[in-house]
Amino acid sequence: MNTALRLAMAVFFAMAIAACSSKPKTVDETVTVDETVTDDVVVVDAAPDPHDYTDARNFDNPSSLLSKRVVYFDFDKSSVKPEYRGIVSAHAAYLAANPSGRVTLEGHTDERGTREYNLGLGERRGNSVMGLMSAQGARGNQLVVVSYGEERPVCRVSDEACWAENRRVEIVYTAR
Amino acid sequence: MNARSISISFTTVTKNVKKSLILLLVLLFPLLAQAQLEIEIISGNASALPIAIVPFAWEEAGPAPNPGVAEIVSNDLYRSGLFDPMDVADMPDRPSDEESIRFGTWRLLKVDYIAVGRVRATADGQGHELIYQLLDVHTGDRLLSQITTVGEGDLRFGAHRVADAIYEALTGVPGAFSTRIAYITSTGLGSDQRYELVVADADGFSPQSVVGSPEPLLSPAWSPDGRKLAYVSFEKGNSAIYSQDVSTGARDLVSSGRGINGAPAFSPDGTKLAMTLSRSGNPEIWIRDLVNGGETQLTNHWAIDTEAVWSPDGRTIYFTSDRGGKPQIYSVPSTGGNAQRVTLSGDNNARASVAPDGKRIAVAQGRGNEYRIAVWDTETQRSTILTPGKLDESPSFAPNGSMVLYATREGTRGVLSAVSADGNVRQRLILSEGDVREPAWSPVIR
Repeated sequence: MNTALRLAMAVFFAMAIAACSSKPKTVDETVTVDETVTDDVVVVDAAPDPHDYTDARNFDNPSSLLSKRVVYFDFDKSSVKPEYRGIVSAHAAYLAANPSGRVTLEGHTDERGTREYNLGLGERRGNSVMGLMSAQGARGNQLVVVSYGEERPVCRVSDEACWAENRRVEIVYTAR
Repeated sequence: MNARSISISFTTVTKNVKKSLILLLVLLFPLLAQAQLEIEIISGNASALPIAIVPFAWEEAGPAPNPGVAEIVSNDLYRSGLFDPMDVADMPDRPSDEESIRFGTWRLLKVDYIAVGRVRATADGQGHELIYQLLDVHTGDRLLSQITTVGEGDLRFGAHRVADAIYEALTGVPGAFSTRIAYITSTGLGSDQRYELVVADADGFSPQSVVGSPEPLLSPAWSPDGRKLAYVSFEKGNSAIYSQDVSTGARDLVSSGRGINGAPAFSPDGTKLAMTLSRSGNPEIWIRDLVNGGETQLTNHWAIDTEAVWSPDGRTIYFTSDRGGKPQIYSVPSTGGNAQRVTLSGDNNARASVAPDGKRIAVAQGRGNEYRIAVWDTETQRSTILTPGKLDESPSFAPNGSMVLYATREGTRGVLSAVSADGNVRQRLILSEGDVREPAWSPVIR
C-alpha cells in the first residue's frame, strides 16, 4: 500500500513538473519519460501528421482519414466508390503497421429489398472493404465482417437521403 | 388440447433453461407488457354471406365468459371477408337448439345461415363441450351438428374450432382460425431498442413473447407440428439460428458459424432444416439433417442465395437469388441438382411463401422503390399483384391457402396486414406501440 501510494505521488509530481515545464524547448527532453508515465502529457506533444496512418492519435484527429470510419454505397451495390478508397487505405495502413489492431466491418443496407437478401448484401459490402484492406497489407486475422442487413438503420425515413445514410460499412475497432 | 396451450410455467422453464436466471427474466417479463394486435377490415367483400351466430347458451357454473363463444366465432368469420355476421342486438330471439329456431322470422331478416349451440362442462369437470348446429335458413337443412371438446383454459380455442368447421361447411375449404401467428416486434430507439419474437392466436389474442433481445431478431419459421420456431438472433454479435420450443421455452443453437446464419425453414416432415450460411464466402443454401446432424450444401454460386422454403411435398426448395442480376425466385430439387428460375415477370421477386396446394407462390415483388405482395402461379406462369404497396414484404400463406399475411408500413412504423388470396379482402393488424413485422402463419395445429 505504502509503495503504491509513493509511486502515485511520484507520478503526480512528475506530471506537475512536466506541466510546469511544458514549453516547446523542454518537450523533446521530457517526451520519453512522459509517455511511460501518463498519456496526459501527450497533449503537449506536437500534433500528429494527419497523413501518418500508422499513428493511433489520428483516430481522433478530424483532419486525418483515420478519424473517418464509415464507407457509403450505391443502392444494391457493393463496390467501394473512389471517394471512399482513401478512408479504406488509411485503415489498411494502420492495421498493416499495428498487428494487434482488430477491426469488425459492419455491413448495412437500406430498407428496400427483403431482410434476408439484405443480410447477404450487407455482407457483400463488408467483404468488398475487407478485400481492399487485405490487398493493402491488413492481415486476415485482423478483419471480421458482420452483416446486419437492414436491421440497424441510422435513419428511419423512407426517402433517398435517409437510405443513402443507411447503405454503409462501419469500420469498428475492437482493438487498436 | 395441451399441445396448444402456450402458457409458460416457471417450473418447466427453469428445468429446461438452466443457463441463467437473467435469460428467464428476459423470456418472461415481456409477457406481461406485450400489447395485443388490433384487427380492422380495410376493404371488405360485397358478396359476403349473411349468417347469424346466436349466442351459445352457457350451461356451466359461474358467469358466462365475455366475449362469449358466438362472438369469437362471428369475429373470425367476419375477418375472413366471406361472411357478414348479424349483430346480436338485431336478433329477434336467441334459440340454443335447432328445434326452437323460427325459420320464417330469420328468413325475413335475410339471413342465409344460422348457428345455434350451448356450452357445458365435460363429465369430469376438466373441460368444455361446445354442442352446436349449423342450418340453412331457407331449406331448414342441418349442415353441421357437432360436439367440440376442449380443455379448461381453451374455450377461445374451442370457439376458433367452431369457426373453422362452419367456414369449411360453407366454403369447402378448412378454416385456419384455430392457428397461430408468429411475428417480430421492435420497440424503443437507439440503446433502448428491444426486439421480441411473439406468438399470438390468429385473431391477435393471447400474445406471448417467445424470446426478447436488445439485438435484432428475424425470420421466424414454424416447425410442421407447430411446436417449435426457428429464428435468427444477433444476441451473440453475429447472426445465429436458434430453434425454440414455444411452450417450454427450451431452445437449441442450430448454427452460429462465421458469416451469415440466416433464413431457417423446416422441411414438411420436420426432419430437415434449410438455412442460409455464408461460411464458404458468400450466402448459399444448406440443408441440416435434424436427425443425424449432417449438413449438405444445396447451392453453389457467387450470387446471394437465400430465403429457402420447401414445397409441400418436400421435394423442391424455392429460394431467392440475384444470380441473374436482380433477386428472383429459383427452384432446386431438395436432394440437389440444377437451379431453375421460377418467377419470370416483375422487376425483382423475393422471399417466397408456397401455398398448401404447391402451385401458388407468394412473393415480395419490387419495382423501383415500390414493393408489393404478388402471387406467382406456377401453372399459368403469371403473377397477380395483391397489395397496394409501397413497402410490403414477408408474405406468409395461411395454412388453408385462403389468405396471405404480410408486413407493411404506415408512416414510419411497421404493421401487419392480411389479404385474401384473390386480393379482394384486406385487414390490418396493429400493435399499440412499436413496429411489428415478419409474420409467419403457423401450420394447422391438431
